[in-house]
Amino acid sequence: MRLALRLNPLALIGRAFFGILSTIGRLALFMAESVTHCVRPPFFPMLVARQVIEIGYYSLPVVGLTGIFAGMVLALQSYTGFSRFAAESAIPNVVAISMTRELGPVFAGLMVAGRVGAAMAAEIGTMRVTEQIDALRTLSTNPFKYLVVPRLLAGLISLPILVLVADIVGIMGGYLVAVYKLDFNADAYINNTIDFLEPLDVGSGLVKAAVFGLLIALMGCYHGFHSKGGARGVGTATTNAVVSGAILVLIFNYIITEAFFSR
Amino acid sequence: MNEPTPSPAQKPQKISCRGITKSFGAKRVLAGVDLDIAEGESMVVIGGSGTGKSVTIKCILGLLKHDTGSIKVDGVEVSNLGARERERINTKFGMLFQGGALFDSLPVWENVAFGLMHAQKMKRRLAREKAIEKLAMVGLGADVGRLFPAELSGGMQKRVSLARAIATEPEVIFFDEPTTGLDPIMADVINNLIFETTRKLGATTLSITHDMASVRKIADKVAMIHGGKIIWCGSIKEIDRSGNPFVEQFIHGRADGPIQMQVRRL
Repeated sequence: MRLALRLNPLALIGRAFFGILSTIGRLALFMAESVTHCVRPPFFPMLVARQVIEIGYYSLPVVGLTGIFAGMVLALQSYTGFSRFAAESAIPNVVAISMTRELGPVFAGLMVAGRVGAAMAAEIGTMRVTEQIDALRTLSTNPFKYLVVPRLLAGLISLPILVLVADIVGIMGGYLVAVYKLDFNADAYINNTIDFLEPLDVGSGLVKAAVFGLLIALMGCYHGFHSKGGARGVGTATTNAVVSGAILVLIFNYIITEAFFSR
Repeated sequence: MNEPTPSPAQKPQKISCRGITKSFGAKRVLAGVDLDIAEGESMVVIGGSGTGKSVTIKCILGLLKHDTGSIKVDGVEVSNLGARERERINTKFGMLFQGGALFDSLPVWENVAFGLMHAQKMKRRLAREKAIEKLAMVGLGADVGRLFPAELSGGMQKRVSLARAIATEPEVIFFDEPTTGLDPIMADVINNLIFETTRKLGATTLSITHDMASVRKIADKVAMIHGGKIIWCGSIKEIDRSGNPFVEQFIHGRADGPIQMQVRRL
């Protein structure tokens, strides 16, 4: 009887549906509680600073590397396409706009989701299963204030900075390939880039970055906070944090692009 | 009149629980726990694994929310407190967790000083001095303060945990299986430390354990929990003459008796 119920396709759909609904509900409550703690003292500015270093500073090499290679391959690929129509002069423009609007934020977001989302979920999850979060409560310290809020704020602050770095390094990557491999004129390339780039291109990317930073940190904290059952539970939480963080980055990338650029 | 421990009637109740119930899904863990702890008293709750000892402590600390019943601390109902009042009540409490639950991202002295710095807003330098003082109370030198919890042995971690639990000089200290996982000698050291430090502070304590050596060392009163209820409560002197078959079986550690362990039969 129970097995039959478990294999019933309607029951499966229903269970998945209610599962999703309850997760969204829990997530909304988690978010609401975090935000209320963002604005109520006590604050922990030192912890925010430490997380900014952890999320922002230590992600610089990864984000820089992805940025430069993304920019390089972009220049190379658009050259093979555009040279057929003698439109090589559009390459600086394509590289700059693609990097600032899309590739910078998305690549940085995905890399940080992997690097930082996982670390957050593992750290907070381990604190959960070893009763360290309970210990915080017994020491009259709210775990939301001490653990979650600093990470959310740090995500919000660090990602735009990282994306700015990715933008600059990416455009430089395109420049290097264009000038040293495809024999572009260096001055013309830079002028072209500056002339076509609008503040909105960079601005929209930074808005995306801030949203991604918040979402990645939220996923890391949420999954860590709700992990249970020892090492296995922490492993699951880590996987979920990375996967959900990466998916949310891509979904919100579309939503924000739509909000900024659809006419 | 020269009794070392005055009877509960003379002292006000520090913690008073009435009819606490708690279920996890369909599994009922607490089925109406009544427990009174007088001020300055050392109460030890004994009972087998999975009988609801830890859940009782966590309900009193507000880490878990009980379903029904009343919990009073100093005569004040604490069952439905908001987060802020809960934090305020928790400043009266200290807790030694079973696994130590030391913050592994902080050095030992910051672990000990955590409550001082965050709940009591003490200056860092002063908190550090206090922490080293508390570490000395549990027999650890100032050099240990610089280490991280992962660098310590199990017994040392328990001591640091104890130092953290007593650092804010709380009115009530909870001990969750303080000697589990330690060798008998280190267990005795920890028991002595618990006895000495809590007496020095004059704190009320609630411990849970299944280690009878620990019970005999630290308890004024003993309560036995079974099936989610307190089935016997009396002073430590009465425990060998309890006349209760459950208590008899437990303190002598016999497999045969009214308590049947849930072991699957082949």
